[in-house]
Amino acid sequence: MQPPNSNPTTWWQKLFGDPLRAFGVVSALLLALLAIAPAKNHFSEWRHYQKGYLRLIRTRGEAITLQRHFRPGIQQIWHPELGVTDRCTSCHVGLKEASLTDVSVQPYRKHPAIPHNVEQFGCVMCHRGQGAATTVEEAHSSTLAWEQPILPARYIESGCGQCHRAGLESTPQLNLGRALLGRYGCVQCHTIKVADGTTMQATQDAPSLSHIADKTTREWIFAWLKDPQAYAASATMPNFKLKDEDIRDISAFLIANSTAISGDNIAPIAQKASDPAAGASLYGESFCASCHAVQNAAGNLVGGNVGPELTRIGTKAKPEWLRAWVRNPRVYDPKTEMPHYRFTDQQVATMEGFLLAKSDPDLLANVHLDPATPEQISHGKSLVMEYGCASCHEISGIKKPENFAPDLSHIGNKSVSQLIFLTGMPHTLPDYIAGKIRQPRAFAPGLKMPQYTFTGAQIDSLTTALLAQNDRAQNLPPSVTVPSPPASHYRPAGKAGQIMADLACFSCHAINGRGGDMAPDLTWEGSSVQRKWLEDFFRNPGTLRPALIRRMPKFNLSNEEITTLSDYIMTVYQTPDFDRDSLSESGYPATQVEQGRQLFYSKYACQSCHIVDVKADKGYIGPTLTGVGSRLTGAWVYHWLKNPQALRPGTVEPNRNMSDDDARALTAFLMAQKGSSKKEAKR
Amino acid sequence: MSTTDIRPLILILCLLSIDTGCARKSASAAGPAPTAFGAALVESSGGKQIGATGSVLPQPLVVQVNDDQGNAVPGASVSFHGPSGVTFDPSAGVTDSSGQFSTNVTLGEMAGRYQLVASTTNKAQKKVELKVDEIALDYQRRWGQLLDEKYCARCHNPESTPERVSNLDNLEVKPHAFTEGETLNKMSDADLMSIISHGGPALNRSPLMPPYGYTLTKSEMQALIAYIRMMGDPPYQAPGMVYAQK
Repeated sequence: MQPPNSNPTTWWQKLFGDPLRAFGVVSALLLALLAIAPAKNHFSEWRHYQKGYLRLIRTRGEAITLQRHFRPGIQQIWHPELGVTDRCTSCHVGLKEASLTDVSVQPYRKHPAIPHNVEQFGCVMCHRGQGAATTVEEAHSSTLAWEQPILPARYIESGCGQCHRAGLESTPQLNLGRALLGRYGCVQCHTIKVADGTTMQATQDAPSLSHIADKTTREWIFAWLKDPQAYAASATMPNFKLKDEDIRDISAFLIANSTAISGDNIAPIAQKASDPAAGASLYGESFCASCHAVQNAAGNLVGGNVGPELTRIGTKAKPEWLRAWVRNPRVYDPKTEMPHYRFTDQQVATMEGFLLAKSDPDLLANVHLDPATPEQISHGKSLVMEYGCASCHEISGIKKPENFAPDLSHIGNKSVSQLIFLTGMPHTLPDYIAGKIRQPRAFAPGLKMPQYTFTGAQIDSLTTALLAQNDRAQNLPPSVTVPSPPASHYRPAGKAGQIMADLACFSCHAINGRGGDMAPDLTWEGSSVQRKWLEDFFRNPGTLRPALIRRMPKFNLSNEEITTLSDYIMTVYQTPDFDRDSLSESGYPATQVEQGRQLFYSKYACQSCHIVDVKADKGYIGPTLTGVGSRLTGAWVYHWLKNPQALRPGTVEPNRNMSDDDARALTAFLMAQKGSSKKEAKR
Repeated sequence: MSTTDIRPLILILCLLSIDTGCARKSASAAGPAPTAFGAALVESSGGKQIGATGSVLPQPLVVQVNDDQGNAVPGASVSFHGPSGVTFDPSAGVTDSSGQFSTNVTLGEMAGRYQLVASTTNKAQKKVELKVDEIALDYQRRWGQLLDEKYCARCHNPESTPERVSNLDNLEVKPHAFTEGETLNKMSDADLMSIISHGGPALNRSPLMPPYGYTLTKSEMQALIAYIRMMGDPPYQAPGMVYAQK
């Protein structure tokens, strides 16, 4: 009789038969499941790479050292205050091994030399990616869970910009990007807050349009708005890609809205016809090209970029305005960076003729505008508001719009899922930013951002600067950040200050941290030069360096102005470090002078950069020293020889670590060079 | 019955192998079909450029396909190859009406000389190649390049520009250009460090070379040396380690 319960068709009995066998199979299954975790660990990528590393170093001569440095297992750099949990060094094992310079395979390459220790900041601070990940894919690529892939090396300087708020000498790309943000008016529409709480400021003001009818014609405005680069290849203004009838209405509004300034238009100056070559030579000797560029016959731009390009200025400027501008630019624009040259009437007429000849009739050949109607003018005004023209330009009656464009303070870590990409474009943040700068209007219909003409390198620089604007940078502890030095708002006081503003000294010279870098820093000029030389220099500026094409223009200053300026410079711009009169300007013993000569030509070989004897010396780098004894003070020469960088940081002349005796002898020799340098130099 | 026992195990092993295995992606680039064949490839422009690692070279690389008479051949195929990390945009195509083909080169992420190879096929279906060198500078060498511009190039670079007139011809003892591999490659890093920091007399050379040891920091001088090493022609080879023989 069979037991009633033993049903041989139970499902597990069908599968396994014997209960013992069932137990065995289930146990095996369990064991196998338990083995998954250790097996996964054993076959993990980082172990694979660590084994590869050990194979790589085994055959090298310094294997023992490298093996001693090697730490098996997952490695981690942990800086909670920086948000860094980096396990990258688990696979990138040779990162710090100086002897692995010849290894080119990843992940074993040595890290290129940088000023920071890898342990100090970890990896993701600069490279992005997922520091905590332990697989190649997760650490480097953008996966479903992570949006932060490794940053391409071409943008790596954005990492520097997170802590270094001011420019660093060794990050040219980041510096260029930040400068472009200021110069091209990006920061006029977009707010960009730096982590120290300040907001990036524009470094160049677009011209005011409140009085534009005094300066140019409606036809020129039309041609300019149509394509600014057609007028000047180097124009800062981008192309807004406006329709012809919109340009017609904007130009109508700007002319109608313009108010006249008294004195910025003057009648022709009756002068005798000047030599045709006089214009070019006046343009040359006034050093206009230091700031303004002109396209030459070969199509290359020659000149500086402080002021606007003048290739076609004759097509733009009204003669009566240009005349007044050349005579005194401050009447039309009190804030202009252009100096008030104090030209004579003859010079004004010569310059006017020279500039007006720089014209291009083709530019306005096809521009025919009917008189503006009130509807056109009011439509023009609404367009000016719509396109935010007043963000950059002052336009009377229209306020500068606020928050006109998206805030870019955190653009550097914007989530990729929030971005809309163009088809065919890689889905990464740097590609998005670069694409937006390259062709802003392509991303959606109706966008207002204008078309710039940046080069590829400029776009990469801008992208680098913008990538540095991220949450990490905003939240770094103050201990690791390097703040930018406070901006200097130095303005000299009194009558001298007025003259210096009128001459726009700060466009080229820096004093107390404010000003341009085209000409020497004048912060300690009063300790440096002799008064007589300074006054002569104002009267007739010459270049001090033989290879320099630029020099200070001649401003036709009056004797009274020269006295005021010299008084101020000699009194105010003195270094606190030494007394200007502590060493005499002449009367050194002949033996000391001779000793100095020996040192100059043999031990220190100064003639490789400087000229003392015009016939024998040829050095082209430093200033000519033929008349240095009449130019500089003895104390300045002595302290300069002892440590040039202390007096002018960043100057090229090397510090020779000179003994006091040598410095004194060289000072004696140099102060004996009273030379008639001007005649020699002219010859 | 026995086969059913191991089935779950096989399943698990399969899962494991999928999990730990890695998938390799392969890419192949095929240019448009050529309509003509040339006999030689020449460089038009874009060789010997210096760029930052991982960056796009400032100028495109332009090569020209010529026939055996030296005339340009339009419609010939050109393809570019380079060491790992280098990308070309586009990497292959056919020459334009002037027989030229231009590509934008993105350098790899490791500093060094990159030898790029442009190739075309001739009538006999054989490959004709052209090798072009480009130089990639990493952070340290770019820093060296900036320091060279500021402190060294005015005497050591014989080329003059309006902004930087070369002082080389003014010197009685001519400095060596940093491209002079024959001379500079013979000097060790320690020699270079010593002549930069102590001046020419440190190595019995001209005192016209001043010392920079009190002006530049050690890491700045190291950056300069790393940069100088990259400029040498023929290229500098770091001395290998000398090991004791067994």
